Amino acid sequence: MSSRETILDVKDLKVRFRTLDGTVEAVKGINIHVGAGETVAVVGESGSGKSQTMMAAMRLLASNGEASGTVDYRGRNLLALGKSELNTVRGSKISMIFQEPMTSLDPLYTIGNQLMEPMRRHRGLSAAEAHEEALRLLRLVHIPDPERRMKSYPYEMSGGQRQRVMIAMALANDPDILIADEPTTALDVTIQAQILTLLAELQQKFGMAIIFITHDLGIVRRFADRVYVMRSGEVVEEGATEAIFTHPRHDYTKMLLAAEPTGRKEPPPPGAPILLEGRNVEVTFRIGGGFLAGDPMLLHAVDRISIRLKRRQTIGIVGESGSGKSTLGRALLKLLPSEGVIRFDDRDISDADRQTMRPLRRELQLVFQDPFGSLSPRMTVGQVVTEGLLVHEPGLSARQRDQRAVAALHEVGLDPNARNRYPHEFSGGQRQRIAIARAMILKPKVVVLDEPTSALDRSVQKQIVELLRQLQADHGLSYLFISHDLSVVRAMADYIIVMRQGRIVEEGPTEAIFDHPQDAYTQTLMAAAIDSSRFRASA
Amino acid sequence: MTEAAIAAPVVGRSLWGDAWARLKANRAAMVSLCYLVLMGVVCVAGPWFVPHDYTTIYSDYVRTPPSVSPYPKADMIEGALNDVLKRMRVDLKEWKQEDSRVVITVASTRPIDERYLRYVDRSDTFDDAKVENTSPDGLEMTFSAAVKQQYFLFGTDNVGRDLLSRTLVAGRISLAIGLLAGVVAVIIGVLYGSTAGFMGGKVDEVMMRIVDVLYSLPFIFFVIMLVVFFGRNFVLMFLAVGAVLWLDMARIVRGQALSIRRQEYVQAAEALGVGPRGILLRHVIPNLLGPVVIYMTLLVPQVIILESFLSFLGLGVQEPMTSWGVLISTGAKNIGSANWMLLFPAFFLVSTLFALNFVGDGLRDALDPKDR
Repeated sequence: MSSRETILDVKDLKVRFRTLDGTVEAVKGINIHVGAGETVAVVGESGSGKSQTMMAAMRLLASNGEASGTVDYRGRNLLALGKSELNTVRGSKISMIFQEPMTSLDPLYTIGNQLMEPMRRHRGLSAAEAHEEALRLLRLVHIPDPERRMKSYPYEMSGGQRQRVMIAMALANDPDILIADEPTTALDVTIQAQILTLLAELQQKFGMAIIFITHDLGIVRRFADRVYVMRSGEVVEEGATEAIFTHPRHDYTKMLLAAEPTGRKEPPPPGAPILLEGRNVEVTFRIGGGFLAGDPMLLHAVDRISIRLKRRQTIGIVGESGSGKSTLGRALLKLLPSEGVIRFDDRDISDADRQTMRPLRRELQLVFQDPFGSLSPRMTVGQVVTEGLLVHEPGLSARQRDQRAVAALHEVGLDPNARNRYPHEFSGGQRQRIAIARAMILKPKVVVLDEPTSALDRSVQKQIVELLRQLQADHGLSYLFISHDLSVVRAMADYIIVMRQGRIVEEGPTEAIFDHPQDAYTQTLMAAAIDSSRFRASA
Repeated sequence: MTEAAIAAPVVGRSLWGDAWARLKANRAAMVSLCYLVLMGVVCVAGPWFVPHDYTTIYSDYVRTPPSVSPYPKADMIEGALNDVLKRMRVDLKEWKQEDSRVVITVASTRPIDERYLRYVDRSDTFDDAKVENTSPDGLEMTFSAAVKQQYFLFGTDNVGRDLLSRTLVAGRISLAIGLLAGVVAVIIGVLYGSTAGFMGGKVDEVMMRIVDVLYSLPFIFFVIMLVVFFGRNFVLMFLAVGAVLWLDMARIVRGQALSIRRQEYVQAAEALGVGPRGILLRHVIPNLLGPVVIYMTLLVPQVIILESFLSFLGLGVQEPMTSWGVLISTGAKNIGSANWMLLFPAFFLVSTLFALNFVGDGLRDALDPKDR
């Protein structure tokens, strides 16, 4: 590796943000160097400053941020270049792809337009030449039927395809360095694997350096030559990938490597009563249609699914985005209109309306994926947690409610003194604990957990999984655990349902599904997931 | 959990607190806010401290230019004196000024009645007339009178009313109208818009089509019709203006409510079993107040301008009551001979609108702190 010429050398880079509470130092003087054709991973959890490091190097910081130090690219300090000079490097010699392929493309222009525009502008290509070049790029990133895709708008493409287009755009000027900021985080596991394979292939073909910014250690192990581990704005450890994974020196690195949720859930006793049951549940969405618009298109989000949740059982529902797993969870709680029979506690609630459901709501609770969106930003944590009590125990005095809030927050491992604070003052993991406390304060019997750990860092995920298991053991809860993350599902569920396009493709006890998947789709899913978690066996 | 810990929870900083802190950091907005408060206090309390009533007509001081020194000026006394003596039907023999009094000797062909001195007291310039000396035949009389010291800081208008007190009273009316119509528009708009957005579906369709129909009515024509209808009662009229201006507000609020309804925290509340009323009051309305506050600061100047426009057309408030729009309208007619009649009310109106817009701008930055 030492034979490689260093093309990007970040020295003593500091990033500060001016805020109302004074200056926040996001990056505290780090050194990173990248050799030609090398793959370097910058790993860290959210808030570690890994993205800000690269944003600062590319001079893309938010307006209240400032960077100091040097970012040396082939003898030129990027932090000191003028705007026009900077643009000869940025976007052509160093290009970036971002996490969110939904928002990185302009929705108003076709893919072809967006690809061709910069070529014509910067390289002075004619329309025909640019068209050829754009087609070549689309073929390079394996977009099927590129001629037709040139005329497509971003919304007509899937997330994976959009990310491929982004990669094609990044490659347009034959870059030296490709900075990939969490390029696969927003994608399903099987798509993730495809994108990563594509990046590896392109790197072999063109020999550019890739800087991977990621929190996913699976990707790091598979791709990176060297790793920088960042924590709160500092590089705590760096070295060759194998060395870091086999002999981590810093405690933080060790903690990251061990952050895989562990343990297995025992199945409930055979005679456990069935608590929530759905038979042939069907949810159909009508898309479009209405006055003057013709007949609506029907989308069967959930297609005749039967499910039986026993007391103290956890059923994991696995599937990629669009498989209907969240819709099923909401339909079972009667939050969405559905057909089929739903029974709870030996009561048929298929046709229950709002009024009849209200007293049952306290027993059927829901925890959401996004801990930032599921808490009302204008209410204090105490108000959020006790809102259910206002409905279900209206007789409680304010003081009693406060005491219940203290108890509930204590149970989920939060400091009850913080109950007059507002949700935005908490971290993602703490917010998810608040959301769990809001469900638990009502002492429910069934909790639908809709991707409760997906938006969280690995180490926090592990804590939340442990908390959920503890609560289940303490209160004899039944969980419906919806997730796309197989390692978390494996640690939480004793029974698994694999869903695809609204249907069940396979179901069975956890061990059976993981060890002997029968269906081809389940096998792909497992393969993609195991691929990215292979390192953990040796860690 | 110990009792002490329960007793003393940490107080958090709400989003409103954050917004307030950001607003405080915005100097233009804070200066404007202080200016608006000052303007409000001056307009509400000012008229009680100004020595002139806004309805009093000083016929001696028609279109007097603004001045910081008291009236009458030395050269004005003789003119005023001649006016008074003409009314008394006497001839002036001689007059001289001693300190703040004038001593006047008059003569006539008929005996002079003491009661004629009332004319002196009635004048805006003199006061406290006293007979000093009468000739034996009664054809000549010497009397003295105090010269009334009057301040007209902003000058007077074309019938001789003090412009300062009129501007302040007009400010009361204009600000009150702005607030009144603004509040009416906000209340109707928020209730209507949030109901439409929150209920969704057919209810939303019907409610918003009604708004569309109202939108298509020619606005000025509509207001003029209301003015005719409500017989120029200005409170009623501006309730009516507010009732027209809520359309924008309803649309903004409906859009907000639609997006808030899809937020996960609303779904979470539904999953908790919270009823529609609770969701509307606890979740939807508090979260859409930000844009509402911003829009309100932009709505108030809109109403003030609208009132000025209507008053300019002669459809607004009626004499002797006045508003900035009325004053500007009369000022514009006298711009050649008495430009202060335009300048002072125009300055008050424009600076207030400026300040309101700065505050609105600051609020938008404070409540919606997207990096720009």
